[in-house]
Amino acid sequence: MTDHSTHPVTTEDAAREAEHYGHIMPLWVLAGVLLTLVVLTVATVAATWVDLEPWNLAIALGIATVKAALVVLYFMHLRYDHPFNALVFVTALLFLAMFLGGALTDTIQYQPDIESYRESRQM
Amino acid sequence: MSDLLTEPRPAAAPSMDNYLTHARGFWSWALTLDHKRIGVMYLVSIVASFFLGGLFAELIRTELIGPGRTIMGKDMYNQVFTLHGAVMVFLFIIPGIPAALGNFVLPIMLGAKDVAFPRLNLASYYLWIVGAVFFVFVLVLGGLDTGWTFYTPYSTTTDTRVVLAVTGAFILGFSSIFTGLNFIATIHMLRPPGMTWFRLPLFLWALYATALIQVLATPVLGITLFLVGVERLLGLGIFDPKLGGDPVLFQHFFWFYSHPAVYIMILPGMGIISEVISVFSRKHIFGYKFIAISSIAIALLGFLVWGHHMFTSGQSKLASVIFSALTFSVSIPSAIKVFNWLATMYKGSIALLTPMLYALTFIFLFGIGGLTGLFLGALATDVHLHDTYFIVAHFHYVMVGGTLSAFLAGIHYWWPKITGRMYSEFWGRIGALMVFVGFNLTFFPQFALGSRGMPRRYYDYGEMLGEHPEFYGYHFLSTLGSYLLGIALFLVMIYLIASLFNGHRAVANPWGGATLEWQCSSPPPHDNFPVQPHVGDPYAVRNFQYDPDVGGYVRVAQTAKPEHPLHPSAH
Amino acid sequence: MAKSESTTRPPDDADPGSVEAPRPHAAADHHRPFLAHHYQSYKQQFEAGKLGMWIFLLTEILLFGGLFCAYAVYRANHPEIFIYAHHFLDKNLGAINTAVLIFSSFTMAWGVRCAQLNQRKLLMVMLSLTLLCACGFLGIKYVEYKHKWEDGLLWAGKYHPVEHAEPADHAARPPGRPEAQSALQRPEGPRYAGIFFSIYFMMTGLHGLHVLAGMAAIAWILVRAANGHFNSHYFGPVDYVGLYWHLVDLIWIYLFPLLYLIH
Repeated sequence: MTDHSTHPVTTEDAAREAEHYGHIMPLWVLAGVLLTLVVLTVATVAATWVDLEPWNLAIALGIATVKAALVVLYFMHLRYDHPFNALVFVTALLFLAMFLGGALTDTIQYQPDIESYRESRQM
Repeated sequence: MSDLLTEPRPAAAPSMDNYLTHARGFWSWALTLDHKRIGVMYLVSIVASFFLGGLFAELIRTELIGPGRTIMGKDMYNQVFTLHGAVMVFLFIIPGIPAALGNFVLPIMLGAKDVAFPRLNLASYYLWIVGAVFFVFVLVLGGLDTGWTFYTPYSTTTDTRVVLAVTGAFILGFSSIFTGLNFIATIHMLRPPGMTWFRLPLFLWALYATALIQVLATPVLGITLFLVGVERLLGLGIFDPKLGGDPVLFQHFFWFYSHPAVYIMILPGMGIISEVISVFSRKHIFGYKFIAISSIAIALLGFLVWGHHMFTSGQSKLASVIFSALTFSVSIPSAIKVFNWLATMYKGSIALLTPMLYALTFIFLFGIGGLTGLFLGALATDVHLHDTYFIVAHFHYVMVGGTLSAFLAGIHYWWPKITGRMYSEFWGRIGALMVFVGFNLTFFPQFALGSRGMPRRYYDYGEMLGEHPEFYGYHFLSTLGSYLLGIALFLVMIYLIASLFNGHRAVANPWGGATLEWQCSSPPPHDNFPVQPHVGDPYAVRNFQYDPDVGGYVRVAQTAKPEHPLHPSAH
Repeated sequence: MAKSESTTRPPDDADPGSVEAPRPHAAADHHRPFLAHHYQSYKQQFEAGKLGMWIFLLTEILLFGGLFCAYAVYRANHPEIFIYAHHFLDKNLGAINTAVLIFSSFTMAWGVRCAQLNQRKLLMVMLSLTLLCACGFLGIKYVEYKHKWEDGLLWAGKYHPVEHAEPADHAARPPGRPEAQSALQRPEGPRYAGIFFSIYFMMTGLHGLHVLAGMAAIAWILVRAANGHFNSHYFGPVDYVGLYWHLVDLIWIYLFPLLYLIH
């Protein structure tokens, strides 16, 4: 408490704070991303008109992922952000994949047991 | 609390303005953004819910003291054990160490003025209160009998208050997430100059690892409870086999959170033990980096093993084998910690003061709890032991023997810092001894019970006595032990409260710790550090020696100015 | 003491964790509005807030993750339900809503840029446009829900399709898929078809709740923007709300193909 008087806020501090921080996204990048996203939305709808089994799901998810990447990298500034924030985001996806993978592996494995049980009970 | 506020304030030393005397009145507490006050409010609330959960535990044990009905009926029994589990897990053990002790000491240990988001911190506390109120409603409005796990399809068909309870747990989940989020951001952004990652006290590494689990796992619990609630209200069907849903999927959802959550319960405890062992052995911690990294390793590996709760649920053989194998990996970082604590004590100058007694209790009981966990992780033995008292004994050794011991160690260790008063060392040791004896008497017989086949959650064992007459004796011993444990914990509460009135005033550094919280006065000032503290090795405890004039420890490598505890060090 | 402070002071704010000499908070707040006392600079406060927001987004992803997991499990094990039931969703409305949300994300990102460049009026325009798009999104969602309700196409417990319930995309239905065709003959569709609608309502419903929360947050910063709180060195809240809004968009970007565009 007693030390307060020895550390006044100096003009030097104020000057440092007036500096800009954070990345400012150029307008043409934002507009370009918007345009690309719209084009990709049309593309993903168009892709369902064609029968490309078994690739339809992969194409739909692939396009969604490109769109998501554009949003994350440019709208959300992640490309210019602190790398740790990117790590946080990737961690979320990794843990989601782990959760999904575990549950999916198991349920696919025991599904025949459920089916045979239902058939035996005529459910 | 009001007694603390009105305690006489010496006018001479300006450093005596502390966080307790900084502002007065109800609203100065209810609306405080000070992490220390929020920590204290958490501590009071959490201890209250601990005693509520403890009351349920005593009721369970009393019912089981002999065969047949003792004090309550079957349905009542189901509700009591459910609420014991739910209150202890959601209201006490998950928020216990991080939100109460962690909130108080994290910024101070770090050398910061507060957590990164003080308002979020207060919001987290009030969310906890709202969640707790929901549980009180459950209690008053008809109870809950699903067990704390809310397994479907029972939880979607029972006529007890499941929706209220899942709403409460959902809100408590948010409280937990906010605490974790705050701690991660604080440790990343508010480290002062010199506080590098490998100068963080190990308690902060443990809290960081805990926070990782809190933010990664709790949302999945949130959506799970949300689905259960909607299932009951609307008939959603995702977990209901009648409508094509899958109840085993519920268990995947639930344990994806709840297995990592058991590390939310134990990791902060391990962090406290790392502090206490070093300080009371008067030795630098052994294997600092290994302990630090093992906390993170436990947090991450904990996410890979959730299926070991589901070996008998209908889970596929493939998944069971994988989860069983992965389970053993968690024992490696846990054992690294235990070995390092033992190595720290080796040739140390061990002071058997109360916090150290609890730390030793922790190592011993966590050892037993951890090793029996390996039996349960092994697929074949688990099928035999699943849903028996062996499981009950195992997780009580870890949660009570481990986490509660660590919580008590932490409370005693930081009590002088939090309250500015010293508790009675004599009663402290008596209490620690009684906790140790009472705990083992309660839960060791349960290992025997379980391995002989006594199922958990049973209201009565009268019909089993023909084949297993020994069950009666084991249950009787267990109940006696629970009474001793209950008395011991009351004793602890009584002498701690008494110390607020008649305890000696605490000096800045009564134990000789080298972490930063011992550099500010006891209790700490409102701002924690009027002057940025010097950050050094957090375990250089040998730089501190007892000074009889001060009545506490002072740094020896400098010309001491005992009345100014914030003096920067010479090195 | 002051001397030892200045030697430990870092040259600049290069390190996010670095701090300068302590400053008296009560006195300084007057000159530096909205800077909390435990931060040394706006930059440090901003980076802490941003990290906090990203961690919050992580929890949001995992919250939705549970539903994505349920989706994956049921789609992997019962693809026939999904192939049948998705015909009742209107692809066109879904696509329009996707475009609306993408556009709102664009205006939000532009809004953040405005805040950074001290363009107060334009910021308010952008936030208002974002709010407008959010309303449009919910309006279209309402129309979709209303049709489902009228046709009895609800979650499994309330799944009672009425006789005249017809696939929304009659024309767009692929001709060469006999199993989908035959399933459409039965009034109730394949066994447990209601599970699709359980998942549909949970996913879009939770997403809708997030849209509402996002609208409240945008309205809050719109008021603050009107009061002139934001400028080139204090724009954190706009950025955090923006991140949240983009996440809402992000989740919809996946919901659209997963629910509407099943082939």
